[in-house]
Amino acid sequence: MSGTWMSTRAWLLMTPLLAVMIAVIGWPMVQTVGLSFTDAKLVGTAGTFVGLDNYARMLASSNFQRTLVTTVWFAVVSVGAEMMLGVLAALLLNQEFRGRTALRALMILPWALPTVVNATLWRLIYNPEYGALNAALTQIGLLDAYRSWLGEPGSALTALIVADCWKNFPLVALIALAALQAVPRDITAASLVDGAGPFNRFRFVILPYLAGPLVVALVLRTIEAFKVFDIIWVMTRGGPANSTRTLSILVYQEAFSFQRAGSGASLALIVTLLVTLLALAYAALVRKTAGRAF
Amino acid sequence: MPIAIENQEADMSNSITRALIGAALLSASFAHQALAETTLNALFMAQAAYSEADVRAMTEAFSKANPDIKVNLEFVPYEGLHDKTVLAQGSGGGYDVVLFDVIWPAEYASNNVLVDVSARITDEMKKGVLPGAWTTVQYDGKSYGMPWILDTKYLFYNKEILEKAGITAPPKTWDELAAQAKTIKDKGLLATPIAWSWAQAEAAICDYTTLVSAYGGDFLKDGKPAFQSGGGLDALNYMVSSYTSGLTNPNSKEFLEEDVRKVFENGEAAFALNWTYMYNLANAGADSKVAGKVGVVPAPGVAGKSEVSAVNGSMGLGITSVSQHPDEAWKYIEFMTSQATQNQYAKLSLPIWASSYEDPAVTKGQEELIGAAKLGLAAMYPRPTTPKYQELSTALQQAIQEALLGQSSAEDALKSAADNSGL
Repeated sequence: MSGTWMSTRAWLLMTPLLAVMIAVIGWPMVQTVGLSFTDAKLVGTAGTFVGLDNYARMLASSNFQRTLVTTVWFAVVSVGAEMMLGVLAALLLNQEFRGRTALRALMILPWALPTVVNATLWRLIYNPEYGALNAALTQIGLLDAYRSWLGEPGSALTALIVADCWKNFPLVALIALAALQAVPRDITAASLVDGAGPFNRFRFVILPYLAGPLVVALVLRTIEAFKVFDIIWVMTRGGPANSTRTLSILVYQEAFSFQRAGSGASLALIVTLLVTLLALAYAALVRKTAGRAF
Repeated sequence: MPIAIENQEADMSNSITRALIGAALLSASFAHQALAETTLNALFMAQAAYSEADVRAMTEAFSKANPDIKVNLEFVPYEGLHDKTVLAQGSGGGYDVVLFDVIWPAEYASNNVLVDVSARITDEMKKGVLPGAWTTVQYDGKSYGMPWILDTKYLFYNKEILEKAGITAPPKTWDELAAQAKTIKDKGLLATPIAWSWAQAEAAICDYTTLVSAYGGDFLKDGKPAFQSGGGLDALNYMVSSYTSGLTNPNSKEFLEEDVRKVFENGEAAFALNWTYMYNLANAGADSKVAGKVGVVPAPGVAGKSEVSAVNGSMGLGITSVSQHPDEAWKYIEFMTSQATQNQYAKLSLPIWASSYEDPAVTKGQEELIGAAKLGLAAMYPRPTTPKYQELSTALQQAIQEALLGQSSAEDALKSAADNSGL
């Protein structure tokens, strides 16, 4: 079969998907770019052209800078913790023991929960008056009295990160577990015979098989963590004193609460650009690790 | 309509056109039958004031009286009400009837979200409804709906705890409140006797506004922020000192109204600032541990400045500019805001009608609340009327929390709020 036909057929098969993507992603994107150069309101006026004003104002605002720092911190810590927890859980669940299947199924549960449900659940756990966390910590003596977790700037973001980890580490674990099952038994057996310790077995025998899939998980989770909105909106609405306000919340406030569609669009595009840069960097990383591992 | 076709294919096209017209007529005739029933979409909140069950029961009564009008109800938390309304409007779909807060008519009118219903308001309504209620729906001399929930924040107190502390009468001034709370704290009755809703949300602004009204402050002067000095600053300073002195439950800074209600109903607060709806839920609710012990008075005043204080926390029902059925929508609003409907459901929200407050059917069993309402409703103080209200409110919420957390002084926090208010 000729290469041209293969390529034509590929394009033909892709056309419906491409058409849908252009309609639902491409076109709104073009409109957003157009909107970002205007001072349009969400309802009412169409707005006039203001050039790069929106971008300059957003980038210079202290709100944006502070929010960017919060977002990066949230993304780095939560994704880092999720990767570690995920791999550890996968290593455990890859062992032979009774009840393994049940445990594997249980582990998926948090990830299967809708984020809003998860956020409401953790809000209750963190409740300063009757929350389970306060009850547990005071009963085992780690805490003298009930305290506010989501009302203090020092603990609110950490509390959110814990809630986010609980929901999302199963995804990493699932991907890692699938990769672990592809590690050939004879290689691990051989490394045991050769007297490799647990750390060396993990580092030199197992990790090469895990690296590729883990980078995929890393990319997915980082992009999502960077765009985080719902869990924070439900739990703290960005408070206390805006200490948990992330970029997506800022975009939402600008575009919808304050109804400034123009500057909201510019802010959304700045976030999109940042996420795209991250994705590109990761893509390069994927190519590199793929080249090394296989 | 397709443009006339003038080539050989015209015949075929014509027959297709005829078939299409036929089909269109056929469906139109079905549509005509369907027109007999109008469907309205209405947006309410699931928080404070009338309960979801009350609104459903009222609507059911309306549908019984008007079988040709079907009303779809949707409930969102107060925090989502504004954005949901605006988003639905922007996306072209949207609601026919929306509940709106007293702070939104300026913005909704400027952005053409609600229609002007001034001409629909009858003389009977003008005469019967309390004058203060109309400010809820007016902007620039026009009315954008009917007031429905007439509400302000009252000071609730736990009679049993006050009695144990040897306090004979609830406080008349904010300083007295602090002194009484201190007595209760010192006697070991409660560690933190006062509960407020100071989460980063509109609820915090309502408590702040109550204090601003007590201290005789101004939000705006000639359209420019004026809350950073005078009464506005005194109000925030009071909040900060109540918080840092340990008289206020520190968790207040993550409480919304429902959290305050739970704490109060558990007997863990001697004083709480909250809306009308808390009275009957706390004093007669099955889940309340303080049933029968709940006292309610208007929020206190400040010696030499005010007798009582109150925020205008009323809400109205309006017709959106995208509604295809404004007449039916108004009929529904008329029913929901009618004296008969409001008198029937006066346990969680008090009527907008003046004569209802003398009606034994309304006052029975809640004489204390009615007494507080007569003083409180008359003193209702508005939050600023500006199309940029959301920005101002967001900036103030941040200022309040920064001051409470000690991240900056009340004065500095309010100054930066003034700078960030967009005004």
